[in-house]
Amino acid sequence: MRASFYPKTRSTPPVKGALPVLLPYRSPQATQLSLHEKLFNGWTVLALMLGFAWIMVQQVWAQSGAAQQASVPDILLKWTPVLLKGFGFNVLISILSMAIGTVLGVGLGILQVSPVTATRRTAWLITQFFRNSPWLVLLFYCILLIPFEISVFGLDIPFPGWVKAVIGLSLPVMAYMSEYMRGAILSIPSGQWESADSLGFTRGQTMREVILPQTVKRLAPSWMNLYAVLTMATPLVSIVGVSDVMTLTRSALAAESRVDLLIPMYLYILSWFFIYCYPISRLTVRLERKFAVKL
Amino acid sequence: MTWTPDQPIVSIHNVQKSFGALEVLKGISMDIMKGEVICIIGPSGSGKSTLIRCINALNDIQGGSITVEGQEVHDDNLDQLELRKKVGMVFQQYNLFPHKTALQNVMMAPLKVLKQNRADVEQRARALLKKVRLEGKENNYPGELSGGQQQRVAIARSLAMNPDVMLFDEVTAALDPETVKEVLVTIKDLAAEGMTCILVTHEMGFARELADHIYFTDKGVIVEHGPPATFFDNAQDPRTREFLSQVL
Repeated sequence: MRASFYPKTRSTPPVKGALPVLLPYRSPQATQLSLHEKLFNGWTVLALMLGFAWIMVQQVWAQSGAAQQASVPDILLKWTPVLLKGFGFNVLISILSMAIGTVLGVGLGILQVSPVTATRRTAWLITQFFRNSPWLVLLFYCILLIPFEISVFGLDIPFPGWVKAVIGLSLPVMAYMSEYMRGAILSIPSGQWESADSLGFTRGQTMREVILPQTVKRLAPSWMNLYAVLTMATPLVSIVGVSDVMTLTRSALAAESRVDLLIPMYLYILSWFFIYCYPISRLTVRLERKFAVKL
Repeated sequence: MTWTPDQPIVSIHNVQKSFGALEVLKGISMDIMKGEVICIIGPSGSGKSTLIRCINALNDIQGGSITVEGQEVHDDNLDQLELRKKVGMVFQQYNLFPHKTALQNVMMAPLKVLKQNRADVEQRARALLKKVRLEGKENNYPGELSGGQQQRVAIARSLAMNPDVMLFDEVTAALDPETVKEVLVTIKDLAAEGMTCILVTHEMGFARELADHIYFTDKGVIVEHGPPATFFDNAQDPRTREFLSQVL
């Protein structure tokens, strides 16, 4: 056996001739929604959130005697265009971080199964370092360490705060992606490597032509889940001075200076994130179910 | 030394192989001439599969030598690709690429490894699928094919590299009894065309009918070997006789 051809793990080598496994029994009724599944779903959560907000607002309203001022929905509506712009910025940051993190993470994940021990160890170290660091700390590091502009061949490339924030958020994404990738590669049966080997494929060709295409399906659910988590983490950038939806909300609240606005305003923003992320998590669950059976 | 067809195409000499402390092959020797069909039989754990995996360097060996067409297989300077072109292998679990259609599975290695012209490769791949009686299944994915059909695609895929020797590692062991036959017919066709075939098998009837020579291995050594008629009807060693009495 050519030792360098097969994927490497840090501790144990992949099980030779992995056996086909019996799939768990699935009851035929599993596809039908039960009553509690019909009653308690994502939209119930949203309704509960809004209802809760309404009760709180009523109380604060009554206490502050703000009845003669503009109504809360009117104010929310007034600020919506500004806040939406901020939210769009959050989405943009999440998409860019995800793109950078995914590309780097896939590369790092492949290096984690490299036949070269030094490469494998280094990739593992980088992955573990970023995976086990708080996102906020990484964000601060990027904001503080990356200069505001870099000169390359006399050309000044500016690095505004939001670009640094994108880089800061892409680091943990990279680390998670790297782990998912490693797991996906190792989950491909060893027979695939062997048959490619016996057909004369090099290790690189096997990776590109046989292994990586098969990991896409396995990665999709975790990848989407990671994206939802990342999107929900984007308000962190407001702490490091990027004008995202949270920063703008705070400004709006300061401008209005009304106590009874606090809860509805934040809940308003919360519901946007919910509406954006919930379908993603639903889709993830559906994909997981779809791919779970196909080994 | 250049190889000529009057010399053994595969020559195995005193091969030793161990996995850690476990000695699997304890000095196995056999010579296989071009066009011969060899069946290796024996109880499980006797090292049959390990032996044929050593022939195309999927496993390394600790001692002895294996040559294919005069070329030492376990040589650090070996041109892997040269060996892969000479020796094709079919596995018990088919190991087709599930994300490619039957036709793409057959075409992949000639295209990517040998860098041959796409049109020629496709023509040859279609001919190969027809040869293994899978006409009309070109665009099906492995998941849509039965075990026997998948195994025949796997055979076509190996043949696409134009090998001189084919290794079959218990290729019917994972199949339904009805589909075993269709795979065996394919192998029979190959043998009739003069392909050198080395099979590890539990199909005694098939071995008896088709093999030129049968080797019986047990506990890492060749206990007995001979042409099928003498081997099945006149086994000398008590271990062979016991094994045959259980499987026949």
